[in-house]
Amino acid sequence: MAQPRRIYMDHTAGRPVDSRVVEAMLPYVETLYGNPASLHSYGQMPREALEQARAKIAELINAEKKESVIFTSGATESNNMAIKGVALRNQNRGNHVIASSIEHMSVMNPVKYLKTKGFDATFLPVDRHGFVDLQSFEKAVTDKTVLVSIMYANGEIGTIEPIKAVSKIAHGKNAYLHVDATAACGQVPINVRDEGIDLLTLSSNDMYGPKGVGALYIKQGVNIEPLIHGGGQERGLRSGTENLPGIVGFGKAAELVKTEMPAESERLIRLRDRLIKGLLDVVPVSFLNGHPTQRLPDNVAVRFSYIEGESILLSLDLQGVSASSGSACTAKTLEPSHVLLAIGLKHEEAHGSLLCTLGKQNSVEDIDYVINVMPDIVKRLRKMSPLTPKELRE
Amino acid sequence: MSMYTEKVMEHFKNPHNMGEIPDADGVGSVGNPVCGDMMTIYIKVKDGRIADIKFKTFGCGAAVATSSMVTDLALGKTLEEAMSITRASVAESLGGLPPVKMHCSNLAADALHAAIEDYHKRQKEAKQ
Repeated sequence: MAQPRRIYMDHTAGRPVDSRVVEAMLPYVETLYGNPASLHSYGQMPREALEQARAKIAELINAEKKESVIFTSGATESNNMAIKGVALRNQNRGNHVIASSIEHMSVMNPVKYLKTKGFDATFLPVDRHGFVDLQSFEKAVTDKTVLVSIMYANGEIGTIEPIKAVSKIAHGKNAYLHVDATAACGQVPINVRDEGIDLLTLSSNDMYGPKGVGALYIKQGVNIEPLIHGGGQERGLRSGTENLPGIVGFGKAAELVKTEMPAESERLIRLRDRLIKGLLDVVPVSFLNGHPTQRLPDNVAVRFSYIEGESILLSLDLQGVSASSGSACTAKTLEPSHVLLAIGLKHEEAHGSLLCTLGKQNSVEDIDYVINVMPDIVKRLRKMSPLTPKELRE
Repeated sequence: MSMYTEKVMEHFKNPHNMGEIPDADGVGSVGNPVCGDMMTIYIKVKDGRIADIKFKTFGCGAAVATSSMVTDLALGKTLEEAMSITRASVAESLGGLPPVKMHCSNLAADALHAAIEDYHKRQKEAKQ
């Protein structure tokens, strides 16, 4: 059998670094290794590069000034910093924290941690598309609410949340709004000032920058407690010598995204819709997870009844396609994804989910190849499954 | 996907004895949809031996492979011998399973035992 083609459709899990980003980073790996904190000339270029990168990130999200951007080791640290940092520093404003029930674990778990430290926490329900329930939100938010954390968009089902409306409600009770934009950054335009965002998490790799670097935007006037104490880098909010090659790469990635996002997102939406329609057309008893239009350009999340996600992934991998699933069997825990359960799927429905996240290197041919191999994969697994109704077995 | 042995992948790609036996002498079903694995084993018994065996499985690669392997191990065995097939011996015959799969997806031996118990129960009921 000829070696099948290799198609990568797991961009939410990891992205290649753009070659222009690598090129921008290399001098800071090889020759410009000085510490930005040093006064001598070796420190000067890195110091300037650090501030240029900061300005590029600020520009991408329309921050009021570059100093509002703090570099971190990635989205997990940014989310931890925002949630624990705001809650611990602003206890005079209240002790109640709100998050949606489909947040990433790096938001869910810091909120749960705060609960063990005496804070109250509310996890808001979402509807079947994954939109946060604004009525529940209005009821849950009180004068004691210090922080609300709602993601810009969910990477597992693609749903883009109504951030402006969320912000209005949060600010009505004087609560700060933190938005995790890890899955959204680089795909949809984000405007922190226009959308009323007080803190915003960004990830470099999700914009084809290097891994191990991210940022937290903190609006001027919002005070937070640092998580990492030390030499006082990043305005004392995040100590530790800056990851300069990573930060320079992140800055370059943000610059590229700013100019290339409109066209690339439009292209991805065409590929996305072609794959969704193709899969739902060729596979009987299949469904879309998330909303048809209010969704991230790269996100194709579907589910096939009566079969299990890991088996689908293994079968796809044998055909050269790398994708993902919200199934328990692909994760470290045995429960299906909390996101899929939160949108109301039954366990066995959640187990049959397939997540394809598209990227720059994916072409129309890739999409058609996946649509082409899927019916036989599903047919074979359904033939094996005791859950499959008679009429679908042959 | 290198988390599985070659043997597991062989059985996943080409499972043995997949299907149903409509007039089975014993049927055993185990698992639940919460952890994502459900298996049914069908057996035909002749002269105290497993003369035919088939499986149906909803689950991950390990669930499919252990189902296929347990049918290989049990076919032609006496019921007593088949009862001595364990989760551990199924996993061992596959060259091992990832630790996280040992519990949730390694249910095939349980399904086999349930099918044999069902056979005994039916025999007893037929006599009464």
